[in-house]
Amino acid sequence: MYAKGYRDLGTPPPVGRVLLDPPSLVTLEIDGTTVTVPEGTSIMRAAALASCDVPKLCATDSLKSFGSCRLCLVEIEGRRGYPASCTTPVADGMKVHTESRKLADLRRNVMELYVSDHPLECVTCPANGHCELQDMAERLDITTTRYGFGGANHHGGERDASNPYFQFDQSLCIVCSRCVRACDEVQGTFALTIQGRGFASQVVASEHQPFLQSECVSCGQCVEACPTGALLEKSVVRHGPAERAVTTTCAYCGVGCSFEVELKDERVVRMTPDRNGHANHGHACVKGRFAFGYATHADRALKPMIRRKITDPWQDVTWEEAIDYSAREFRRLQETHGPDSIGGITSSRCTNEETFLVQKLVRAAFGTNNVDTCARVCHSPTGYGLKQTIGESAGTQAFDSVMQADAIIVVGANPTEGHPVFASRVKQRLRQGAKLIVIDPRTIGLVREPHIAADYHLQLRPGTNVAVINALAHVVVAEGLTRDAYIDGRCEADSYRKWKAFIAEPRNSPEATESITGVPAALVRGAARLYASAPNGAIYYGLGVTEHSQGTTMVMGIANLAMATGNLGREGVGVSPLRGQNNVQGSCDMGSFPHEFSGYRHVSDPAVRGMFETKWGVALKSEPGLRIPNMFDAALDGSFRGLYVQGEDIAQSDPNTHHVTSALAAMECVVVQDLFLNETAKYAHVFLPGSSFLEKDGTYTNSERRISRVRKVMEPRAGFQDWEVTCLLSNALGYPMRYRHPSEIMDEIASLTPTFAGVTYEKLDRLGSIQWPCNDQAPEGTPTMHVGTFVRGKGKFFVTEYVPTTEHTSSEYPLVLTTGRILTQYNVGAQTRRTDNVIWHSEDVLEIHPHDAEVRGIADGDWVGITSRVGSTVLRADVTDRVQPGVVYTTFHFPESGANVVTTENSDWATNCPEYKVTAVEAIRVAHPAEWRARQETDVHAPAHAPHGHIVNA
Amino acid sequence: MNVERLVAMVNDIAAFFAGEAGPDAPAAVANHLRRFWEPRMRRQIIEAYRTDPSSLRNLSDTGRAAISLLGDQDSPRV
Ligand code: SF4
Ligand code: SF4
Ligand code: SF4
Ligand code: FES
Repeated sequence: MYAKGYRDLGTPPPVGRVLLDPPSLVTLEIDGTTVTVPEGTSIMRAAALASCDVPKLCATDSLKSFGSCRLCLVEIEGRRGYPASCTTPVADGMKVHTESRKLADLRRNVMELYVSDHPLECVTCPANGHCELQDMAERLDITTTRYGFGGANHHGGERDASNPYFQFDQSLCIVCSRCVRACDEVQGTFALTIQGRGFASQVVASEHQPFLQSECVSCGQCVEACPTGALLEKSVVRHGPAERAVTTTCAYCGVGCSFEVELKDERVVRMTPDRNGHANHGHACVKGRFAFGYATHADRALKPMIRRKITDPWQDVTWEEAIDYSAREFRRLQETHGPDSIGGITSSRCTNEETFLVQKLVRAAFGTNNVDTCARVCHSPTGYGLKQTIGESAGTQAFDSVMQADAIIVVGANPTEGHPVFASRVKQRLRQGAKLIVIDPRTIGLVREPHIAADYHLQLRPGTNVAVINALAHVVVAEGLTRDAYIDGRCEADSYRKWKAFIAEPRNSPEATESITGVPAALVRGAARLYASAPNGAIYYGLGVTEHSQGTTMVMGIANLAMATGNLGREGVGVSPLRGQNNVQGSCDMGSFPHEFSGYRHVSDPAVRGMFETKWGVALKSEPGLRIPNMFDAALDGSFRGLYVQGEDIAQSDPNTHHVTSALAAMECVVVQDLFLNETAKYAHVFLPGSSFLEKDGTYTNSERRISRVRKVMEPRAGFQDWEVTCLLSNALGYPMRYRHPSEIMDEIASLTPTFAGVTYEKLDRLGSIQWPCNDQAPEGTPTMHVGTFVRGKGKFFVTEYVPTTEHTSSEYPLVLTTGRILTQYNVGAQTRRTDNVIWHSEDVLEIHPHDAEVRGIADGDWVGITSRVGSTVLRADVTDRVQPGVVYTTFHFPESGANVVTTENSDWATNCPEYKVTAVEAIRVAHPAEWRARQETDVHAPAHAPHGHIVNA
Repeated sequence: MNVERLVAMVNDIAAFFAGEAGPDAPAAVANHLRRFWEPRMRRQIIEAYRTDPSSLRNLSDTGRAAISLLGDQDSPRV
């Protein structure tokens, strides 16, 4: 059932008309009221917009109308019969009546039939009070049925409780097929069908399997669509229906879905996606919708703790003591070793306001620019690459834009696993006929799924992205597919000339690069023609682009290709990074990088710095600070000794675990603020309990630059919201921060950041969400950027020479390890591992091609020891041809898997973003993992620092 | 900090600008280092360039020219 309090308009707005400006309008009369609506609107929707709700059961405004229940019949003057209002479009001058004695009779008849098979035992039904069948029965005054209850019925029908989060009770099903249509139309998984005919018809999952074993990906869309208690959240069964709802934003991935948190007292009963949500339009995935249990998990660390040495046991202390101790330690280090001996790390899981405060604390109270954020290890090349080429460190489009795209390139991203709600949108567009090019070493979901298939899959060797993008651009230039008028008008002529000469060189041709990339030249040519000649070509990319030694070059290569084909600056096109964590965009916007203030302005700019100095009342440094990997290096050489880490687990998420943990162990004061005692906390001297997204107010900014509110639904379990803790620390350091509410922090951000100048909490409440830039020129925000002209003025082409990574395979390390994500787990897994999502994925595995497995004697399910030049780990084998020969693949959600133990310190040339996606390894079958580990640790030939730990951040 | 690591980083930066900036590559690399490297990292590689050239034997030609330029122009404020 949809969210509590939601007013369902019955059918969606007319397809393809909403964007017409101005839409053609139709005026009609419904029950004597004049209504004007866009052409193509259903009578049902028009009536609902005029505050007249026609009875209905099989219609809901997230799905195309179906016309099966016959409850929504109306009378139209001058027309015969009683058409269904959900399937009949409006017409000019139409006069509609929604109530009459005849209509009442017809509807009662329909309802009595339903009720004969579905007795109204509502008082004992878990859906009591939130069921459309019950509502309709009440409305039509049906308390009994002329057909009696004695006939054949489905009472005692099977109940499927296999899914951990929802159940299917066949006896409550009215076979309206809303669930089937939701799975097909919205989610795009096609897991459900109606089997049988007439009375025998019933909903089944896949080949009549339990939901858990079926193709179902547990997005919950069918549950949301079900009008009765047939598909119902188990949490509603357990706790009863909610009493109130609060609108907030998902704290998982960069799609940033809007949700209604439904509560009974302070208990979250369920989360329902917000149909008015601008990023998700009522859709969600298994993480956001169901995996919120971690917030109240027993593992939450709720007491501040300190210890002098990391080998000492933790000691519970009061907040005051913990803050006081931290402040004294930071002051001591500042005084003894200088302000640049300490720093801080902000989190992409925290709000904009919290992130802004941490960087302010570091710059103003610590007196250094040593602040960085976890985006360093994921999307820092996006910031640099897009800023240089087109002038703004952000994606160019709204998610909705994909519905106008004709050719879609997905490169180095796996949306069905990492950004599921966006993937569903892509699949909707593909089913409408758009073309798809996948550039990925693996056969990801989008390559082939029910009712969609990629037109091209360029299955490149890991580490050869730049050679592929150059080859695509080569074809565009060599075959005259460039949009010259666009380039002449919008791009720097010199840079284009230089780039064009470079890219046209034969060494960049698909034929010449085939031996490097492994991609047949004909496929590259076909893909380039498809993208360049489509009316609208759109590129979406992920960490498979950025997490390479040439991550920034590849981002520039993508921007070059988009500019050369005129695919920037309108709906349906663009260059869109898909951000891993919910607030990666926001944490970067907020000035978390050591070289820039909020809004991506360099610290050396005296005018910008002056503005911050005036507002903050302190002198600020003009030199860039240390990046995260530099902090570790500096810690090892003794010049960096204190660190405040909010909401990040760098010991698990950063490459070459041993290097990271040695650096952390060398520091004198590490303050960790987090929900759980994470891996980094093992090296901390102070632990400050964090607050979950349910316990705080603030905003997140998603991958499409959309700023959405996070609203507090329960008191912080440890007493403070994260931003309050930063204020306490700053006050204790003698730099007062006195905010009463995060809205005041946003006011400060807006006053200092031109792209946020028009953002206020009042406006966010009024509009629902805002895409920055939001200022005088764009008071309600900017869905599409670079319209008419690029933010940097003229777009600049960059020469993107392919430079092979230094991480080579060899006879000793013949395989390339690359990493990725899985749908049900999130990042380092700290949250999702503490939910029932582990039922789908309880350990990370190593995907290996049957050929590579065979020559190594590895069978499916065997333990495999993986060794790189820096470390080793053990995983179970999944023998599959999803990966190509020579490539192995794993996810990084479980600390036990130890993937980052093997990743190296290679990094992107411009930003030091680690090269997680390419590590040369060898894999061998291992009989006893523990023994093998022990042997590796003592083996003199093993690398000197080869512990066992974790992979993260793919 | 580990000079070998700094050298590897400068080489990567130089490899990009060698293609992008041609003869201006050393200046572009030096500019990149000034904008993105924390002063102690810059100081350290300049120091190594001046006093212990053997530690920079793996530095590329463009990288070397860039460090020379950086050393002439740079006075990191701490
Ligand atoms: S399970 Fe619910 S949505 Fe699906 S057919 Fe039955 S009543 Fe309709
Ligand atoms: S939960 Fe989602 S994937 Fe599963 S059957 Fe329902 S709509 Fe389909
Ligand atoms: S994890 Fe992402 S796709 Fe899933 S509900 Fe949250 S924001 Fe939406
Ligand atoms: S709601 Fe129109 S036929 Fe069911």
